[in-house]
Formats: sequence, C-alpha cells, structure tokens
Amino acid sequence: MSEFFSAFSWVNLRFLITGLGVTVQVAVISVILSFIIGSVLGVIRYVKIPYFSQIIGFIIDLIRNLPLLLIIFFTYFALPKVGIHFGVVTSTIFALTIFESAMLAEIIRSGIMAVPKGQLEGALSNGLNFKQALWHIILPQAYKKMIPPIVSQFVSLIKDTSLATIIMLPEVTYRAQIVYAQEPNAIVSMFFALAVIYFILNFIISKIGDMLDRRMAA
Amino acid sequence: MKSRFQVVMKSILAASAFALVAGVSATNEIHADNVKNDTYKRIMKTDRMNWGVKGDTKLMGLMNIKTGKLEGFDVEMAKEITKRVNPDAKVVYTQITSGTRVPMLINGNIDAIIATMSVTPDRQKVVDFSQPYFNAGQSILVKKSSKYHNVKELNTPKARVLAVQGSTSIDEIKEFAPKAKVVGLQDYATALTALKAGQGDALTTDNGILYGMAAGSKSLEVRGGTFTKEPYGVAMQKQNPKLVKAVDKAIDDIKQDGTYEKMAKKWFGDVKGMDWKELAGE
Amino acid sequence: MISLFQSHAGEFLTGFGWTILSSVLALIGSTILGTAFAIMEVVPNKLANIIGRIYIEIVRNIPLLVITMFFYVVIANVIKISGFAAGTFGLTLYTSAFIAETVRAGINAVPKGQLEGAMSNGLSWWQGMRYVVLPQAFKLVIPPLGNQFINLIKNSSVLAFVAGLDLMYQANQISQSTFDTFGPFIIVGIFYLILTMPLSYYMRYLENRLEKKGGQA
Repeated sequence: MSEFFSAFSWVNLRFLITGLGVTVQVAVISVILSFIIGSVLGVIRYVKIPYFSQIIGFIIDLIRNLPLLLIIFFTYFALPKVGIHFGVVTSTIFALTIFESAMLAEIIRSGIMAVPKGQLEGALSNGLNFKQALWHIILPQAYKKMIPPIVSQFVSLIKDTSLATIIMLPEVTYRAQIVYAQEPNAIVSMFFALAVIYFILNFIISKIGDMLDRRMAA
Repeated sequence: MKSRFQVVMKSILAASAFALVAGVSATNEIHADNVKNDTYKRIMKTDRMNWGVKGDTKLMGLMNIKTGKLEGFDVEMAKEITKRVNPDAKVVYTQITSGTRVPMLINGNIDAIIATMSVTPDRQKVVDFSQPYFNAGQSILVKKSSKYHNVKELNTPKARVLAVQGSTSIDEIKEFAPKAKVVGLQDYATALTALKAGQGDALTTDNGILYGMAAGSKSLEVRGGTFTKEPYGVAMQKQNPKLVKAVDKAIDDIKQDGTYEKMAKKWFGDVKGMDWKELAGE
Repeated sequence: MISLFQSHAGEFLTGFGWTILSSVLALIGSTILGTAFAIMEVVPNKLANIIGRIYIEIVRNIPLLVITMFFYVVIANVIKISGFAAGTFGLTLYTSAFIAETVRAGINAVPKGQLEGAMSNGLSWWQGMRYVVLPQAFKLVIPPLGNQFINLIKNSSVLAFVAGLDLMYQANQISQSTFDTFGPFIIVGIFYLILTMPLSYYMRYLENRLEKKGGQA
C-alpha cells in the first residue's frame, strides 16, 4: 500500500501534469476548430447545394466510418508525401479536427433537421433572406437542442487525444507509460492517476454542458 | 436570447483565430524535395538540426521524469555530431519509435535518426547510414525466474517473445526461433511493462537497450549473449552525400578526441554485465 | 496497391478476421453488460441506482486506451490474458457504459404507465421490465445502438496497441516491413469501411423511418 502512495511523488506528478497541459492544449484547439468546421459542413449538408453537398456528405461519411487511429497515422505518415509537414502536436490537432468535424457535422445537420420546417418558412415570409433566417432563427435553436450530443462529442475528443501516444505525442497517457516503465512499482498508481485525471477533466466538461443545456432551455 | 447566442459565436470565432495562429506557428517547416544535399543545405541555412531520438530507451534515449528532457548516449551523440557538422546549429530532438522513425525521415519531418538503429541492407535501400558508432547485438531479456536461457530454447511453440514493431529484432527472432510466437508492440516502454506483466517469456532486441532495462529492474536479466551483430548508425535521407560525409567525420573526431570514451563511460560504465569497450567498438 | 494487397493478402485477411471476431464478442458482451447496468439504474433500489451510475460515469469518462492497457499490463499480473483478450475486454467494458446510457434512455422513453399497468395485472417488477418495457425500449434504441456498434468496430483498432493481431496491427506490421506508409493504411481503411459504411447507411435509414413514425406521436 505504501508503494501505491509513494508513486505520487512531486516529480512524477509534475511530469504527468506537464503532459496534461499538452492534452488540454491539443484538445482545446481541436474542439474550437472542429466546432467551426463541423458547423459549416453541417450547414452545407443541410442546404443541399447540388453535387457539392452530396460530395461533402460522402466525404463526411467516409471519415466518420474510419477509426481515428487510422486518420492519425494518415496525417502523420501520408500527408508529408504531398509536401505537408506537421510536427506531432499539429498532426494530432489536424487529425482530431478532421475526425471530430465529420462527427459534429452529422450532429449539427440532424440538429438543424429537427427544427420545425415552419420556422424557416415563417422567417422567410417575414422578409428575412435565407442566410439571415439560418443565422438568426434556425441555428440558435439547432445548437440549443444539440448541446448534449455536442458536449459528449467533446468528451470523446479529450479521451481520443490519448491515441496520439502512437505517434509519441508527449501527453498524459504517454507520460504515465514512461513513468511506469521506469518505476515498475508505480504501475497501479499511474493507472489510478490517469483515471482520476481524465475523469475530473471530462466530468467538469459534462457538468458545464449540463449547465449550458439548462440555461439555454430556460 | 439571440444576442447571447451571437456573443457565444463571436467569442468562439475570436478564440479560433487565435488557435489557428497558434497551430500554424507550431508547424514544422521542413521541405523534402529530392534535391541533392537538401538536408545538408537546410541544416547550414537554418542553423537547426532536427534529430529523431528514442524517448523510452534507458541509457540510449530516455525522457527524464524529473526534467522532462531527453537523455542518453544517442542523445549526447546527436549533440556532439551537430556541434561538428554546424557549430552554430541548434539541436532539436523529436521523439520517434522504431515504427515511426523511417517514415519520418523519408518524409522530411526529421534531418537524421540516431535511435538504436542498426545498419541493415534492407534499410540501406531506403536511407543512407553513417559509419557505425556502436556495436550492438541482439540478445534476450527474461525474468530471473525464467526457464529460458538462450534464444535456442525459445524455439518452441510455447514461447512468446516480445519485440517492438519496426525493429530488426522482430525479423531476426523469426529466423532464430521460428517456432516461437512473436508479439509486436509499439514501443519499448510497453514491451518492458508487458514482459513484467507476463505477456511474454522474453523480450528481444539489441543488448544495448536490454542492459538499460535490466539496470532499471532487479527482477530481470540479459541472458545467452548476442546472436546477431547490430551495428548502430546514423540514418539520413538518400541524396545527401555531403551530410553523410560530415557525420562520418564528426564520428571520427568524437572517437579520436576522447569525447566518445567519456560518454561511453558515463552511460555504460556502471552497467552490470555490460562491457562498454566491446559495445563501443574499441 | 493491388500488388501490395496480393503479396500480403494473408495478413490483411487475418487482421480482418480478428477485427470482426473482437467486434462481435465485444458487441455481445457489452450489450449484456450495458443492459444489466441500465436496469440497475432504473431498479427501485437506491443502492443499485448509485452503483450503476458510478460505473457508467467512471467508465465512459476514461479513454479506451487506458482501460485496455490496464487489462494488458496490470490485470495480466493476476490473470493471464493475451493482447487480443485484453483489447476485447477493454472494448466490452468501455462500450457497455455507452450502451447502458442508450438502453436507459430507451427504458425512460417507454411510458411509465406501461410498467404500472403490467404490475397491476399481477406481474412482478422484473416480469414487467422483462416482458413489457425492455422489448419496447430496444425497438426505440436500435439506431443509437447501431451507432454504438459502428463506434465499437472503429474502436477495435485499439487492439494494435496490445499486439491484438487486428487490421491496424497488421497494417503497422506490413508498413514497417515494406517501408510503405501509404498503401497498407489505405487497404485497411477500405476493410473498415466495408464493415462500417453499410451499417451506417442502414442505421440512417432506420432513423428516418422511425422519425417519420414518431412524427405523429
């Protein structure tokens, strides 16, 4: 039992927390980027521009149906073939953004679909043009409805950052592995620490999501 | 209600603009055209030399938990070589695994690899090597309680041998113990932990790496000597004869002026069972 | 690409087989486990509710990779399990939390009166749940359950981390022996799509049909 606690030395904890910083940095940037790109893609799919929307829709479906791990490999190993060179951090952000944007596009599209058709027609007949109706009437309602799935997608994103250990992103899971490889007795403690770290991080986000959901619904 | 939504959207837009800038500035701007001596020119022009090193291999390249920095024989070699190739160059380290290093070099993410990488004919088809700087050989690491004493005994369907994907050891063990079941993992940290957890009967790779693992764990030992020769070299992109020449000369210098011995003693001098003079190729 | 596939067809197909096997086993396991925890959450017993809640909250907030590695390097000290087994257990546990959430939502969507009616007709709570509520709940949640299964197939790539012999593992292996970082990943990508795309389109079709039906209700 003393082994379990002694593994939580300041040195080890600081090492993990530095990794947590990387996790959070990568996650936050990816969340923001994928929210924007996902929204744009979702709207494109909704407005049905001939051919264009279908092609985008098909690409989204392809990405949604592939493992994220494969997409990470791809951005890291295949993109340089066409002259794009990213570091580990940028590669991870890129891969996460591509994958999560596709996932969010689908969520947002179905959010927009769930807004009653009459709303759009009403707005249009009141003199708003389509863009205005979308921005002022449809999207705010769609987002309000979609808060819970969007938030749980963000929780997934945070968990998914751990997959980037495969390309040596020095985030928290990777660092825990480095610690327990060097200090075999720390292994259970490190898994415990990982569980606690991810749990707290995601729990906070879920709670913020619940709060937003309740306030928006009010 | 409407205005709150717009405030949220606007702040998101602002934050994303920031994120984009941050993301772009983090990008590694390295271009890998097939121009002759491209890497060499880049190192001289940008005064940066980007090395692929290991982060999970004790003694050779390991991330120090206290400082968060990389350290080990390979890491110091990289620094010393850089000094002699371009004295003004800043040394940059990128962590790689056995699986990721070759694609990263070919793709131009890194300028050179110094990461327990043995010179083999297969690899020479895709990258160029410097002269060897370290004479490693493949061996096995087992628990002290293990019934396996050497690679020959592992040649049974009952034996499970751990190795790391992308290393030569995974091909060699299939040759020396064809009946054994080979379990390929992503990195040495995982492979070592897997050995301790009983996921395999032995872990096989170069003795240089294995001694480092044994040094960190009382219950493990290197057994049976080496069964292959695995001289480590610095790997570079093809079409860079100038860089290869400069690195070769740097290695000569390092060996002649006593730097090599000092480093070898520092990292391997105290390791039980390891004859650093033999590994160093003296 | 075709020649790469031909020269490594055995490995790709082996990987495909292990990926399917792991996904199917985890699907069965996580559906059973997930349903059990969903019932725990609605059973009229405070302690059971709390245990169910804690399990779901913990498991779904921790990365699959962490759970899988835990099985591979910690649990293995106690019980011998292979990489494939560790990966499949990890997948089962992880997915079960999401299935529990889905099934619970389905149970809650069945009008309360149904269970009460069943009980006033002489059925016990368990019988009411088993014969009246659950069959309806499952019908409601088929599309989201299907999406969980798609996620499960994609997530099975985590087996590559623990030498689980799946598609992703084989792709790594082939990529490293051929120094081709493009082809093997394209090929396994196609294999994954063969599994996930039809499922995904079928689920969308079911969703649309359900929506049209639900529109009147």
